[in-house]
Amino acid sequence: MVSTLTTNERLFALIISALVSICGLALAAVGRQDLLAAQGFIIMVFGLACVFAVAQGFYEPEPSKERLSSYYDDPIKVGIALAMAWAVFAMFIGVWIATLLAYPELTFDQGWASFGRLRPVHTTGVIFGFGGNALIATSFHVVQRTSRARMPDQLSPWFVLAGYNLFCLLAITGYLMGITQSKEYAEAEWYADIWLVIVWVTYFILYIRTIARRKEPHIYVANWYFMAFILVVAILHIVNNLAIPVSLGHAKSYTVWSGVQDAMVQWWYGHNAVAFFLTAGFLGMLYYYLPVRAQRPIFSYRLSILSFWGITFFYMWAGSHHLHYTALPQWVQTLGMTFSVMLLVPSWASAGNALLTLNGAWHRVRDDATLRFIMVAVVFYGLTTFEGSFLAIRPVNSLSHYTDWTVGHVHAGALGWVALIIFGSFYTLVPSLWKREHMYSALLVEVHFWLALVGTLVYVFAMWNSGIVQGLMWRTYTEEGTLAYSFVDSLVAMYPYYIARAFGGLLFLLGAIVGSYNIWMTIRATPLTSRREIDVPQSGAVVVPGE
Amino acid sequence: MTYEQVASISQVAALLFFIALFAAVVIYAFWPGNKKKFEEAAQLPLEQDPEPEAESARKNKKDD
Repeated sequence: MVSTLTTNERLFALIISALVSICGLALAAVGRQDLLAAQGFIIMVFGLACVFAVAQGFYEPEPSKERLSSYYDDPIKVGIALAMAWAVFAMFIGVWIATLLAYPELTFDQGWASFGRLRPVHTTGVIFGFGGNALIATSFHVVQRTSRARMPDQLSPWFVLAGYNLFCLLAITGYLMGITQSKEYAEAEWYADIWLVIVWVTYFILYIRTIARRKEPHIYVANWYFMAFILVVAILHIVNNLAIPVSLGHAKSYTVWSGVQDAMVQWWYGHNAVAFFLTAGFLGMLYYYLPVRAQRPIFSYRLSILSFWGITFFYMWAGSHHLHYTALPQWVQTLGMTFSVMLLVPSWASAGNALLTLNGAWHRVRDDATLRFIMVAVVFYGLTTFEGSFLAIRPVNSLSHYTDWTVGHVHAGALGWVALIIFGSFYTLVPSLWKREHMYSALLVEVHFWLALVGTLVYVFAMWNSGIVQGLMWRTYTEEGTLAYSFVDSLVAMYPYYIARAFGGLLFLLGAIVGSYNIWMTIRATPLTSRREIDVPQSGAVVVPGE
Repeated sequence: MTYEQVASISQVAALLFFIALFAAVVIYAFWPGNKKKFEEAAQLPLEQDPEPEAESARKNKKDD
């Protein structure tokens, strides 16, 4: 991998890695009275590992000019491998904490294994580790292909990928030690947040630079979704994480927002993380890999433009539906509710557009499990966006909020939509990227599909049941006007559903393991002998390196 | 200015802004001159096939 970098890039890589490890050492030194020391130590080791990796290939011969006539795919390959590794790890943690809810003794009396610490490890691992690496990898692929241009340099994609994974690593190791900001999906503390800003701005600049080199007049719609994802996540991350550390030597910080403003900023962030991380980016994936796999152009390109602007402008206002019946002013709650209901229009426009693309290709959906992954992902996208609009209505929310229905809704989206579209995209991308005829085993793709689908359905049905039962038990009154059930009564009623949920999650985890094995065996298979002449950037872009 | 005045001015301004934005997007999407551009753009993902066996089919198509 280092051999594909130019000498200059190798030098810069070495300097950056050294700077990172020095920063880590500095944090470890000033934070020696605090948990920060351990985090600084992790940064230092990560930086040193990068120094050694670069140093090993430092004196290899320069890459030939020929490289400029092909796309730069090495970081994409590593990104896919990292995404699958995160998937297996974080889904395992998910199954563990699901089992913990039914069998609480499975913490083995370890502080780090308590539910409160493991839960953010699961959410960060699946959303940022699995989802984020998949987004980075596929966005690098889509932007190069639809722009017919190679990425402008070879160092920044590696910086983005490695830097992003350092952030994920800091986040989850921090949670295990008990470091948290206590903000959902933004638990990582200030030093990790600052690092993510640097990485994310580099990502945005790299994306814009690649698009600026494009040889196509039009910027394909998938790129608009990826750009919205990168830009808005940067804005959300910065505003929600404005915080002042206790001191430079402490991991703990306090947010600059207070009271109800803090709650509003947090859920403006939280819901737009769903909107722009878990939706916009993955719609970008959908608008590229669905046409590729179905061998048909998108049903209506115009509709894709309308729904893009609809989704971007509506989602921004929907966050306050997380704060119904709170101290947040009533009109702000109503605003969030109204925009959430309106969101159904562009969401279903996207889902309908995708399903209509499949008209005339349904025989492929039947025969090809990969395309079926994408199709079922779209169906779950349609279901989940409908459910989301419904749950945002204030009276419905009075039944569903704080219950497992919310958990079921999130997992219908995360398993049914996000994970399935990733698997569908990876099964399309992996053979093409490693220049293989097809995946190692079509049967294993089929097995993975059914494990994932059944796992998701078991999970979601269990949570629908338990959520509605919880909601009803909490609001049932006796004739005397007192609550009919204690909280513990509702916990006892949850028991069978929690076991079912853990089982559904286990099936999904098994599917991810089967998928990882299949991808691994595909990579190890013999490559095609003929060079794929068609999958190269437009010449002319070729002769000017790093313009 | 009272709170009510600020609120009503900002509500009307936001309403007009969003309607104008929506109109601009619809006009852009349905502008007759853009039709050809969008149709070409929709073909972009299909122009390099990730599946090698479909690649030969595409080459044949180009020869036509």
